[in-house]
Amino acid sequence: MNAAGFPLLTLLTFLPLAGAAIIMSVRGTDEVVASNARWTALWTSLIVFLLSLILWVKFDRASSGFQFEEKLAWLPEFGVGYHMGVDGISVLFVLLSTALTPLCILASWESIQVRVREYMVAFLILETMMVGMFAALDFIVFYVFFEAVLIPMFLIIGVWGGPRRVYAAFKFFLYTLLGSVLMLLAILYLWYNAGTTDIPALFEYAVPRSAQTWIFFAFLCSFAVKVPMWPVHTWLPDAHVEAPTAGSVILAGVLLKMGAYGFLRFTLPLLPEASADFAPLIFVLSIVAIVYTSMVALAQEDMKKLIAYSSVAHMGIVTLGIFTFNQQGLSGALFTMLAHGVVSGALFLCVGVLYDRLHSREILRYGGTARVMPAYALVFMLFTMASIGLPGTANFVGEFLVIVGAWRINPWVAFGAATGMVLGACYMLWLYRRVSFGAITRDDVRALLDLSPREYAVFAPLIILTLWMGIYPQPFLSFFEATVAALVARHEAALSISRLAGM
Amino acid sequence: MDWTLALPELVLGCAGLLLLLVGVIPKKETFFPITMGAIGALLFTAVLVLGQGEGTALSGHYVADSFSGFMKVLALGAAAVSLLLSLDFNEREGLGRFEYPVLVVFATLGAMVMISANDLMSLYIGLELLSLPLYVIAAFNRDNARSAEAGLKYFVLGALASGLLLYGSSLVYGFAGTTNFDRLADAFSAQQGVSAGVIVGVVFVITGLAFKISAVPFHMWTPDVYEGAPTPVTAFFASAPKVAAIALMARVLLGPFGDLIAQWQQVILLISMGSMILGGFAAIGQTNLKRLMAYSSIGHVGYALMGLAVGSDIGLRGLLVYMAIYVFMNLGTFAVLVAMRRQGRAVERIEDLAGLGRTDPTTAMWMAIFMFSMAGIPPLAGFFGKLYVFLAAVQGGFWTLAVIGVLTSVVSAYYYLRVVKVMYFDQPVGALDHAPASLTIVMAGSGLFTLLFCLWPAPMLAAAQAAAAALLG
Repeated sequence: MNAAGFPLLTLLTFLPLAGAAIIMSVRGTDEVVASNARWTALWTSLIVFLLSLILWVKFDRASSGFQFEEKLAWLPEFGVGYHMGVDGISVLFVLLSTALTPLCILASWESIQVRVREYMVAFLILETMMVGMFAALDFIVFYVFFEAVLIPMFLIIGVWGGPRRVYAAFKFFLYTLLGSVLMLLAILYLWYNAGTTDIPALFEYAVPRSAQTWIFFAFLCSFAVKVPMWPVHTWLPDAHVEAPTAGSVILAGVLLKMGAYGFLRFTLPLLPEASADFAPLIFVLSIVAIVYTSMVALAQEDMKKLIAYSSVAHMGIVTLGIFTFNQQGLSGALFTMLAHGVVSGALFLCVGVLYDRLHSREILRYGGTARVMPAYALVFMLFTMASIGLPGTANFVGEFLVIVGAWRINPWVAFGAATGMVLGACYMLWLYRRVSFGAITRDDVRALLDLSPREYAVFAPLIILTLWMGIYPQPFLSFFEATVAALVARHEAALSISRLAGM
Repeated sequence: MDWTLALPELVLGCAGLLLLLVGVIPKKETFFPITMGAIGALLFTAVLVLGQGEGTALSGHYVADSFSGFMKVLALGAAAVSLLLSLDFNEREGLGRFEYPVLVVFATLGAMVMISANDLMSLYIGLELLSLPLYVIAAFNRDNARSAEAGLKYFVLGALASGLLLYGSSLVYGFAGTTNFDRLADAFSAQQGVSAGVIVGVVFVITGLAFKISAVPFHMWTPDVYEGAPTPVTAFFASAPKVAAIALMARVLLGPFGDLIAQWQQVILLISMGSMILGGFAAIGQTNLKRLMAYSSIGHVGYALMGLAVGSDIGLRGLLVYMAIYVFMNLGTFAVLVAMRRQGRAVERIEDLAGLGRTDPTTAMWMAIFMFSMAGIPPLAGFFGKLYVFLAAVQGGFWTLAVIGVLTSVVSAYYYLRVVKVMYFDQPVGALDHAPASLTIVMAGSGLFTLLFCLWPAPMLAAAQAAAAALLG
C-alpha cells in the first residue's frame, strides 16, 4: 500500500464525481437547486483539497521515484493498467489543481446565475480530469484524462462564455483535439513496440533513434498546442477572452501546464536524443513566443486578451527552461509553471472582479479605479508585480532559475528569456496604470464598490502563496529537486550512451 | 442430424411464421402484441445463440463459431432494440401494422444466415433474405413520397449490388471449382499464382458487400434512404444489417480469400480511406439529423474497415469491438431521433434540437454523450473502439491509413460538436414532446453503456478476442 494507507490519488480523482452526482440528484425550484449546487461543489472541492494536503505532508521529498502508487488491472491487454502515482514533477500540480478549483467555485458564486447546477457539475468533472491527468502513470490512462478535459471545458466556454463563445469553444476543442490525435498514434506505436504503456516501465524502454524524431513531432503537435507555443497559440486568446472568469483561471492555471507537463513527463525521458536534437528549435519557438506575444500584449485593448498573451510569453519561458536539460533550467521551468498557475489565475480573477461590476473588459473603459477601490488596487498591484517577476514574488524565482539555466546553454538564449521580463514589465505596468490611475471619467466607475468578503476569501490564499513562493521558495523547490536531478542524470546518461554508440 | 446446430435460425424462422399467422387471424390490429412477441423471439434466439455449439452443418453450408456467436448476438440485440424504438413511433405515424415486426424478424434471420454462411450459396441466400424485407420496410410509410422513394431507390441499387455479388461468386466458382469456403481456402492456399478471373470475382464480391455496408464509393443510396425511411427503420438499417454485412465481409475476406490478402488489401484500404474522408467532410453541411447520421455511418464503416484492411487478428478484434460499440451508440442516438417530436409532429432537423439542454436536460445529456462518443473523445466508449482499430493500423505499419483516420476523426468531431452546440449553446425554440418510456429506456441503457464502458471493458474485449481467434484459427 502507499504512504497514505488508502488509495488517496484515486479518491482525489473521483471524489469530485461523487459531488457532481449529488448535485445532479437535487430536485426543487431553481433557487434551491442553484444554492445547493454551489454549496455542494464548494464543500466537495474543499474536502478534496484538504485530502490532497496529505500529499504535501507525507510526500517523501528525498526520493526521486513514484509515490502513492496504485495499480489495478484494466484493459485485458499487454501492459495497460490503471496505474496512479505522483513524483516530484506531478505532485505540486495535483495540489495546484485541487487548490484552484474551490477558489474558482467561490469566484463563480455570483457571476454565474444561469444553469448553476450544470456549471458546478462541469467544474467538478473538470477537476476529476485534471487531477487524474497529473496522477496517471499509464500512458493510455493519461491520454484518456488529457482528452477528456476538453468536454467540460468546451461546455464551460460555450454555455457560460462571452459573445463569441461558440467560435472560441470550437476553436479550442478542434485545435487541441487535432494535436492530441497525432500523439495518440505515437502512443500506440510505443504501446505496440515497448509492449506496455506503464510509464515507469516505458522509461526502461529505449526508443529506436529513427523513431524518436517522428514521435517527438507527434508529441510536439499535442503538447505545443496545449502549452501553447508560438505559432499554435491562437486558440488561447479566444478561449480566454470568451471563457467565464473561473474558466480562464483553470485554463491558465492548470490546463496550460498540461502541455509543459507532457514535455517533462514524456518527451524528455522517452526521447532524449530527439529532445537534444530539436532543443534549438524549441528555443527559437520559445523566444519568438516570448518576444512576439509580449509585443502583441502591448497592443491589446482587452484586459483578458492582454493577460492571455502574457500567459503565452510566460509559457515560452517554461518551454525554454525545460529544454535546457539542466537542474536550474528544469527547476526554474517547474517553478514558473506553478507560479504562473497562481499569478495568472489571480490576474484573471482581478479582471473578473471588474467585469462582474461593469461587464466590460475594455482597458479604456476604466481608469482611476485605485481611488474608489483601494484594496482592489493593492491586490491587483501585487499580482501585476508578480507577473513582471519582481523579486520577492513567485515568478521571480522561476524565471531567474530559467535564465541561469539558459545562460549555461547559450547566453543569447538567456538574453531572449530576459527580454520577456523587460517587455512583461512594459505591458503589465502600462495596463496597471491605465486601469488604476488617472482621472475618473465615468460615473459608473466612480460608483464601484471595493472587494467583498467573498472576494477577499478568494484572493487571500493566492496572495499568501505568491509571497510565500517568492520569499521562501525552498519548501516548493524541495519537492522536485530530487526528481529533477534524477531526470537530468538520466538524460545525460542516455545521451552519452548514444554518443558512444554513434562513435 | 446436424441441422440441430442451426437451431437458433430454425427457431427464429418458425417464430416469424408463427407471428405472421397469429397476426393475420384477429380482426383488429395486432401491432403491439406481435412486436412484443417478435422482441421475445429475438431475445430467445440470442439466448440460444449463446448456448450454441461449434462446427459446420447442412453439408458445410452453415458454420457456427464464436465469431458468428458474437456477431449474431449483436445483430439480434440491435434488431430487438430497434423494434422497441418503433413501438411508439409507428403507432403515432399510423404505421402500426403487424407486418412490420414480422419483416424485421425475417430480415434478422437473413442477417444470421449471412453471419453463419460458409458457402457462397448460403451467403447469397442470407443476403437476399435480409435485403427483401429491408426494401419493404424502407417504404413502409407507403403514402409518403419520400419513404416510397427510399424503398425504391434501395431496391434498385440493392438489386444491382446483389447482381454484382452473384456475378462475382460465379466467377470465383468458375475458376476455383467450388463454392464452399473451406475448399476455396484450400484451393487458394495451394495455388502459386492467382488467375485474373478470381481477382475480378473477389472484387465483385467486395463491391456487392460494400453496397450493403454503404462504404465509399458505393454509398450513394445511404443519405436518401436514411432520410426517407421512417426513423425506427433507419435505426434498424444502421445496426443489424450493417453488423451482418461487416461480419460477412470479414469472414469471406479472411476465410476463403485469406491467402489472397495481397490482392484485396488495397481495395479495402481505399474503401476505408474513402469512407472516412467522405464521412468526415460530407456531413459538415447537413441540416437534417438523419442525413447527418447517414454520413456519420459511412465514416464509421471506414474506421471499422480499417481493422479489416490490416488483416491481422488485432485488426479483426478492433473491427469487432468497433462494431459492437458503434451499434450501442447508434441505437442510443436513434432513440433520441425517434423521440424528437414537437406537438405530436416528428421533426428531424438539427435546429429542432436547439436549447434541448434547457428544455429536456436528460435527453440532451444522453445525446451529448452519444455525440462525444461518436467523435471518439475519451473516456466514452467510442474512443476505445477507435483506439483498437488505430492500434491495429499502427501495428501493421499502415501509417497513411492511421493518419487519415485520426485527421478525419477531428473533422467529424466538428459536426458532432455542432449538435452539442445546438443543444447547449443556442436559445430554446420550444420544448420537444415528452419521450415515451420505451425510448428513454433505450437512451439510458445505451447511454450508460457508452459512459461506463471504460470501467469494465474486459468482458467485451475478451469476447471479441475469442471471436477473432475463431475466425483466423
